[in-house]
Amino acid sequence: MASHSAELDKETLWGGKESPFQTSYGKLMMWFFLVSDALSFSGLLVAYGFTRHDTMEAWPIGEETFNSLPFLGHGYPLIYVALMTFILIVSSVTMVLAVEAGHRMDKKGVVKWMIATIIGGFFFLGSQAWEWSHFIHGSEFGKVELADGSQAIVKGHFGEIESFTVVQAGTHYKEGDVIKEDLMHTFQHAIEEGNFTNDELLKDKKIILHDGSIATMKKKKDEHLKLIIKKDGKIHKVGAEIDGKKAEDLYYTAALSGTPDRVVYGANLNKNEYGPQQYGQFFFFITGFHGFHVFSGVLINILILIGVMRGVYHKRGHYEMVEKTGLYWHFVDLVWVFVFTFFYLI
Amino acid sequence: MERDDLIEYSLHGHHSEDEGKLIRKKIWKVTILLTLVTIIEVALGAYIKQSSDIWPLIKWTFVVLTLLKAGYIVMVFMHLGDERKWLRNVILIPYTLFILYLIFIALWEALAIGDAWMTA
Repeated sequence: MASHSAELDKETLWGGKESPFQTSYGKLMMWFFLVSDALSFSGLLVAYGFTRHDTMEAWPIGEETFNSLPFLGHGYPLIYVALMTFILIVSSVTMVLAVEAGHRMDKKGVVKWMIATIIGGFFFLGSQAWEWSHFIHGSEFGKVELADGSQAIVKGHFGEIESFTVVQAGTHYKEGDVIKEDLMHTFQHAIEEGNFTNDELLKDKKIILHDGSIATMKKKKDEHLKLIIKKDGKIHKVGAEIDGKKAEDLYYTAALSGTPDRVVYGANLNKNEYGPQQYGQFFFFITGFHGFHVFSGVLINILILIGVMRGVYHKRGHYEMVEKTGLYWHFVDLVWVFVFTFFYLI
Repeated sequence: MERDDLIEYSLHGHHSEDEGKLIRKKIWKVTILLTLVTIIEVALGAYIKQSSDIWPLIKWTFVVLTLLKAGYIVMVFMHLGDERKWLRNVILIPYTLFILYLIFIALWEALAIGDAWMTA
């Protein structure tokens, strides 16, 4: 960094001529904005830490909650989040390369690296959309409240439902109808509403469809079913793991009991299948607030890219606008580093 | 009226082709480092259970690695390391003081409330 101070009269240094920080007004203000934005994010993460420490319920564990990949199903703890982190780091690198190209007045280089950065930003936003969708829809088993009042999350492979056969007609279906569409949705909805017959034996249980008809279910067997207790009940305590035939009995006795709300699927702001209510709220708010920053970062990058392509900054003699939007973009990456650790890892 | 006595700080960032090569080399080095740290974090998170005895140690390892990553992003990618010392201090010192206090007071309070639930 060249310094001009030697050429100046020392008496006049603070007379509005030389900045004590030797940096332009715009860059300084960007830094001050970033400090205030960092305080907002810290506030959110500290609030998360506060809630987590004062809650008695078992808090969800990152590698149990986020273990899915698109197209490949589950069993990949944290890989997807790690991929998102990597995408953001790479787009941060392409941004810093754009800034470096700007310092050499290399217009082509700036355009190339900024386009790469914007593509990285879109990849991250797409990944987050998938993650939100997955989080909201939840697993096939959901979280179950067992007969003793304990609550458990469920792992394993859900055996596909093949058909419902109507045995007692309702207002829409006739006896003998075989239903093969929208089975999973109908099944989960019936569990939430408690629409099952109250037969003694589990294998005799029948589903009550929305038109009042009663049907038998044909379903493949679940595999590797495992219950992990997350809230104490009279019998089962937090941390206990139940698997095999016993897990299957406990799960379906509760799920098909005919009482509503024994199973929670996915997440919204009121309840979620992963843990305490606040967990879902913090997930939506923290990752949402960050995602909104990424979104606005992409928009600002696009605007600056248009300026670069039109030669606005080349004419001006420097590419400081690229450097300033770069600061914002790196900040977004920086925040994600902390969200990744404190929300997903710990 | 055009002023000619103002210093154009925006030009200070300019550097030559040769300097650019060195800077790019540093950028790629930091990239590899950040990627490695992330891989280590994910491996630790995926293979060591939270119920394990060494989990507190792992937790602190995460915090240290995160601060390391953050340091490299702020100092190298955001060029704060190249700025004037007092610009660096004006940004980092107030923020750090305030956040350390916030973390301390919030977690202290949360643990106290947690204890109160337990004994209630």
